[in-house]
Amino acid sequence: MTTETVLDPSHAAAEPTHDAPSASADGAASGSISAFFIGAADWVTSPDHKKIGRLYAGFGLLVLAAAAVVATLLGLERADDGTALLEAGALLQVFQVYRVGLIVGGLVPLALGLALAVAPLQVGARQAAFPRVALVGFYFWLAGLTFTIVALGRNGGIGGGDATGVDLFLAGLGLAALGLAATATSVATTVLTARAPGMTMRRVPLFAWSALIGSLGLLLVLPVVFGTVIYLFVDHRLGASQNFRGAPGIGAWLGWLLTVPAAIAFAVPAVGVAAELFPVTFRARQQLRGVAFAGISLVGVAALAAMTQQTAIEVSLSTDQTFGEFVDGAVPFLLFAGLPLLGLLIVFALGGLTAQTGIGTAGKPNLSPAFLFAFIGAGLVMLGLVANFLQGITNLELLGTAFEEGATLLVAYGALLALLGGLVFWAPKLWGVVVPPLHVVPLALLGAAGAALAGGSAIVGGVLDQPGGVPTDDAAVARLLSLDFSDAGSLLAVLGLIGHAAIALTVVAFAALLLKVRTSGVTDEPNPGKGHTIEWGTASPAPADNYPHVPTVASAEPAFDLSYEGTL
Amino acid sequence: MSGAAPAVLELPSVAPAAPKRQLFVGTAVACLGGSALVGGMLAIWALLRERAVSGGARFPLDYIIHEVATNVMLMTIWSICLFAQWAVYAGTRGDRSHTALALGVGGVLAVAFLNAQAFTWSQMGVVLADDGYGALFYAMTGTIFVIGAIGLLYSVVAAFRALSGRLTDTDVLTAHALYWYWAAAAYTAIWFLVYVTK
Repeated sequence: MTTETVLDPSHAAAEPTHDAPSASADGAASGSISAFFIGAADWVTSPDHKKIGRLYAGFGLLVLAAAAVVATLLGLERADDGTALLEAGALLQVFQVYRVGLIVGGLVPLALGLALAVAPLQVGARQAAFPRVALVGFYFWLAGLTFTIVALGRNGGIGGGDATGVDLFLAGLGLAALGLAATATSVATTVLTARAPGMTMRRVPLFAWSALIGSLGLLLVLPVVFGTVIYLFVDHRLGASQNFRGAPGIGAWLGWLLTVPAAIAFAVPAVGVAAELFPVTFRARQQLRGVAFAGISLVGVAALAAMTQQTAIEVSLSTDQTFGEFVDGAVPFLLFAGLPLLGLLIVFALGGLTAQTGIGTAGKPNLSPAFLFAFIGAGLVMLGLVANFLQGITNLELLGTAFEEGATLLVAYGALLALLGGLVFWAPKLWGVVVPPLHVVPLALLGAAGAALAGGSAIVGGVLDQPGGVPTDDAAVARLLSLDFSDAGSLLAVLGLIGHAAIALTVVAFAALLLKVRTSGVTDEPNPGKGHTIEWGTASPAPADNYPHVPTVASAEPAFDLSYEGTL
Repeated sequence: MSGAAPAVLELPSVAPAAPKRQLFVGTAVACLGGSALVGGMLAIWALLRERAVSGGARFPLDYIIHEVATNVMLMTIWSICLFAQWAVYAGTRGDRSHTALALGVGGVLAVAFLNAQAFTWSQMGVVLADDGYGALFYAMTGTIFVIGAIGLLYSVVAAFRALSGRLTDTDVLTAHALYWYWAAAAYTAIWFLVYVTK
């Protein structure tokens, strides 16, 4: 036996759960208004990382669904030849609601929320580091996002005509960036300092590792956004608006946040979910664990580097250049556009190796809906990375087209699906429920179809030279909407809007399903998903302080050791 | 002897070990983010300066930089590091009076640093809305002012934590010292780009 703990579910199950205060309040004054307020106060002030993480994930899903609905409306606008559904003067802001909601309102908080909810459990911490900082970060993000959307509603934002609205947009974006960075500090510090005895960095679960890489990535990206916002705000509100060209100039300085490769860096925890689920599904130890760490890190670090070198990630395959000129372009291109792809390929290859090992030793895999979500999601992220790679080849003339939007959508929606897989997988620890496979599989397939349609139609549109990018003025919006209806443009727009609508439906149905299983899918089994890591040794749902006794671990997969070692 | 099994006395489980150096690591992680903030802002400064100079403009336009004050700020902030490190040294040895003295002097120097920044603003008289330089200047120097103010607050918190019974738990003192080392490095970069090379 390689563990010396420990994982004593029977003992853990006797401990109060994190929902206990609410539950006891309900019991004492069921149905009363005071019980509601006590429960609400418990939620909004709780330093429990699982609750803060769920708040992030819940609001992130809400905003993502809203962004997908807005994208559907824009798709209708694109497809509707001649009849305007939305007021022409508002389209610039509507486009920004969609892009800001997709990345800042949806992808980042969802990934960070799952990381905050699960990573401390996975490393054996009794609580997250600086939980109140994480909570304040959540409120900063929520307030900032609200300001941003309100500002866009009053003609603010990039290229906005209302000066106060532009200022509010900048202030909101800065506040949201500050809040997300604060929470990322909590997640990174937890993984670095609060690990259980015996859990060296080499034994950290793959998802917790991806949470660390993703959080450090956010900590390097978001302060740059915040610094840029300081300049833009001071220049626009108090200064002469000379340096940054006023409201239209905001897009040139901050537009990179709303597209690839930034979206790739934000999707790192989604890659971690997929990496975590391969060994669980195929009932085998993770093969070449250190290489898997390197693969996840490559995705994050190279995407981060690419953000700093956006003008250098293009390569020409033209024959009228010298070999030296080709190498000068190809080396940075391969470093910044190729390495993230290589990182994800490594994760998939090691997943395949683990699957092969598992099938050879344990036999039939334990295919779960969580794995289906995560596998499809990571596959779509992979397609997004391929698209990001291709758009840098200048001979293909894809830059400035809708190809960029397609790559961003594949990454963002793919990451969404993988993260939903994570929520399904860890639902016993977060809510004390098991989500039934029969309900989840159709959702996974619907989400996959939606992401493929939304991203794929934009990719094909880019190949057909449809314009793209984050619009900075009304002329850019007009270009985005000027489809040639004599060709496939209209059909692509229709396919795209169906895809966005399917994603919105997936998210809403997923949220409804979680609410439904709160009563019908309750479980107190510590490890219903046959997970390998130590969080499966504590009760379901996890107690407020995670572990009644801090476990000591001597293996990277202690729960796997307990469950399977004798059968191998 | 009876055949009953001997009673087993179960001792209560030990208290969970406190996370090691959490405040220090957390401060280091926050400083990493702070480096991205200051580095990003300096990069934008350098880019816009390059654009202005290559366009034939003078940068800054007609402002005189009071280098005595800015150089004194540089010496002050590195002196704060010295006192913060002294607090760590004294705290490790359980020397309450020296810890208090070091943190107190560091706090006074932090106030002096902020005062010198305000003095620089008043002496240079940069008009914010006049041209592009004003917005850049106040955004950059305002950021380092806030960094200094956070450092002062950190000194107060460290003093409360260390002097109210946790003197030998030097996590807060080392984290406080690390913050000031980082702040000093950040100001040095700003000093070089904004006040020396302009």
